[in-house]
Amino acid sequence: MLSKSKIFFKGIVAVLPHMLSVIPFGIITGAIGVELGFDPILVYATSLIIFGGASQIIFMQLLSGGASSLVAITSVGVINSRHLLYGAVLSEYLEKLSFIKKLFISYFIVDQGFAESNKYLRQNKNLSNPHYYVLGTGITLWFFWQLSTISGIILGSFIPEELGLKFAIPLTFLAIIVNDLRKLDHVFVMFVSGFASLILFDAPFKSYIILSPIVALISAFIMLRLKK
Amino acid sequence: MTWFSIIVSGIVTYFSRMAMVALIDREMLGTKVKEVLNYVPAAVFPAIIFPGVFFNDFGSFVEITDPKIYGAIVALVVGFYSRNIIATIISGLLSYWFIIFFLLK
Repeated sequence: MLSKSKIFFKGIVAVLPHMLSVIPFGIITGAIGVELGFDPILVYATSLIIFGGASQIIFMQLLSGGASSLVAITSVGVINSRHLLYGAVLSEYLEKLSFIKKLFISYFIVDQGFAESNKYLRQNKNLSNPHYYVLGTGITLWFFWQLSTISGIILGSFIPEELGLKFAIPLTFLAIIVNDLRKLDHVFVMFVSGFASLILFDAPFKSYIILSPIVALISAFIMLRLKK
Repeated sequence: MTWFSIIVSGIVTYFSRMAMVALIDREMLGTKVKEVLNYVPAAVFPAIIFPGVFFNDFGSFVEITDPKIYGAIVALVVGFYSRNIIATIISGLLSYWFIIFFLLK
């Protein structure tokens, strides 16, 4: 039986490799905010209050470009709506918690944390305190995200732009799903999602980020029906 | 006004994280929905990866010779065989840098 702290620690270790892309991305996010002319406190507030990488950058770009608050808020909502899917998956492991604990842990649901938690908890279904794993991943990502955006705000983009470190973002997500390429049904769903995102890329409010997964999940549903 | 937008965006984002965990009873989801939920990573992440590789900063398709495509292929192969996150990211970045700093110079 694993103790709570051991499970928490396992969660931390599982997401640490992703810091290779999270830290540069956080620095870039902080630096972009200041470059766009926002007050450093406001830039940091997006990391604390919104806490969602790409959505923070788009939010600040839209506002500085003269878009209305409604457009900026809608875009953030659309981009971050994918968390609904993460929540639906993770709820299996969090359903026994009290309402207050659910409210607390929800704040820490992030892409990489969801992915690693999902991977580990699926293989360890009878773990007694699975939420400690989710917390370990989430709090680690939160901590490094806050720290790296603050460094970006203070130091500016000290990462040379020629390095093209933005490319680390698709790579970190590639690392998450690359193992599922061994399963043909998952490969099918991935390609549906990927191609959908290329076709829907110009849809308003960056909605390709949620529309493509919906298309892919519908095709997964159809695939499952046909298999039976 | 900016503060207002940040706070509302924060509430909307928090709601998206919390709704399915705290407000929805799992019993309400049918077995078919639960089965489909197995595909959430496969359905979500390619929609972040593909545009990140195949589009440039201005939102138009990159050329077939774009270093990002080859970096992604290297990362894909290394990741598939190594099953290691660090190796996947580093191999992708290194091959990307190798192309832009040595081959294209």
